[in-house]
Amino acid sequence: MGVDQEQRTIRCLVAKVGLDGHDRGAHVISRAFRDAGFEVIYSGLHRAPEEIVQAAVQEDVDVLGISILSGAHDTLVPKIVDGLQEYDAFEDTLLLVGGIIPDDDEDELKALGVSEVFGPGASMDEMIEFVRQNVPER
Amino acid sequence: MSGNLIDELLAGKHRALARTITKIENRQAGYRELVSQLHEHTGDADVIGITGSPGAGKSTLVDKMAAAYREQGLTVGVIAIDPSSPFTGGAVLGDRIRMGSNVGDMEVFFRSMSARGTLGGLSTATTDAVKALDAFGKDKIIIETVGAGQNEIDIVKTADTVGVLVPPGSGDDVQMLKAGILEIADLFIVNKADLDGADRTVQELKEMLEYRDGGVPATVGHHGAAGSGDGFEQPESGDPPEQRWHPPIVETVANKGEGVDDVLEVLADHREHLADSGELAEQERMRYAEEIRTLLQEDVRGLLEQEIDRQGGLDAYVGRVRSKEIDPYAVSDELLEPIAECLEQREE
Repeated sequence: MGVDQEQRTIRCLVAKVGLDGHDRGAHVISRAFRDAGFEVIYSGLHRAPEEIVQAAVQEDVDVLGISILSGAHDTLVPKIVDGLQEYDAFEDTLLLVGGIIPDDDEDELKALGVSEVFGPGASMDEMIEFVRQNVPER
Repeated sequence: MSGNLIDELLAGKHRALARTITKIENRQAGYRELVSQLHEHTGDADVIGITGSPGAGKSTLVDKMAAAYREQGLTVGVIAIDPSSPFTGGAVLGDRIRMGSNVGDMEVFFRSMSARGTLGGLSTATTDAVKALDAFGKDKIIIETVGAGQNEIDIVKTADTVGVLVPPGSGDDVQMLKAGILEIADLFIVNKADLDGADRTVQELKEMLEYRDGGVPATVGHHGAAGSGDGFEQPESGDPPEQRWHPPIVETVANKGEGVDDVLEVLADHREHLADSGELAEQERMRYAEEIRTLLQEDVRGLLEQEIDRQGGLDAYVGRVRSKEIDPYAVSDELLEPIAECLEQREE
């Protein structure tokens, strides 16, 4: 492979924010994304919104998947969105939320700029396909 | 933010730096011009390579080092390289999890990179990413990678100073180090020094270094070893002893932050040594030469791949090789012939 051959790889940040110790789902998704050929950066547990922003900006990820099972999405997601905007990273990052999100809140999150919300029962293939279809052009 | 990416990077915009590294990694159209433009702005950063076996504590140490540099008022860039799957190309890049001491501090720019399956490509991408961080104005740049093979060795060779982490109780690993990592280490870090076996590992490393320096360790045999007081003979020839750098062994407990200041001190000493002995300039010369060679190899390979495609791919040749009509050397000669001819004509 020559130097000029382009090698685009989809980069994802799988993030756990706030006081939420349930990371099985995040692990499973990280693994599925890896097996789909994506590069996955996993944040680890109990991250502050600023940390997620820092990671998303520096790693220049195409996809930011936030996993929240604590019910604090209404507080945490806006903070992340603000942070991404501060660093000009909001426009070209595909924002996904996974977890237990009531329907009303889902609409609010989408109004904020979240592209899709995946609740219990969402399939891996569905998610991977969604990412492939909607990954921002750069 | 496409046209003036370089300007934005030089102006200190994090997003521009991140995007530049992405373009470098993806080898996106125009990345060569980008790196060319970066070149004149580089040369101010200290580049440190940290390598060691998986689980040795590299990420934890790098995190603590970054925090210590920040306390000194310096800015830090980190490139952490993890392997990727040779089958899907996918990877989970986990080094970031350990960066707990630099939460929300944007002056520590941490970037995870995966090996993406290409051999020479990774060291080129790493070198270029280091240039981006250097041009951005980072004072210290740390490259972190698993020291598993030649590929990784090539990567850390792009650093001014290389630290090799050796966890205690890795007797066999120490043996393995002889193969190449030993030669590139400017310091050894025995991490997890609070574990049993740390003393022994330090001792083993000491012996190995003494052998390398051409002496015989005092601990070996009853005869011979009639050399100097410090237990081994200095070779008479070669550089004067004070000009040579002897890799120190530092003990750390990275997760508690113990010994991190010692590591920083040795790194500073080594930097000073490089500058005083003139090695820094020599290193730089060799590195650029190496960089040019690697680039040439990759570029020529790229040209050849195109030529092979034009000739209808390798399959036809492979078929003829299988049926013994032609042999692999002849195929290579045939494909290279136009290039060889071209070069001959230039000579005339």
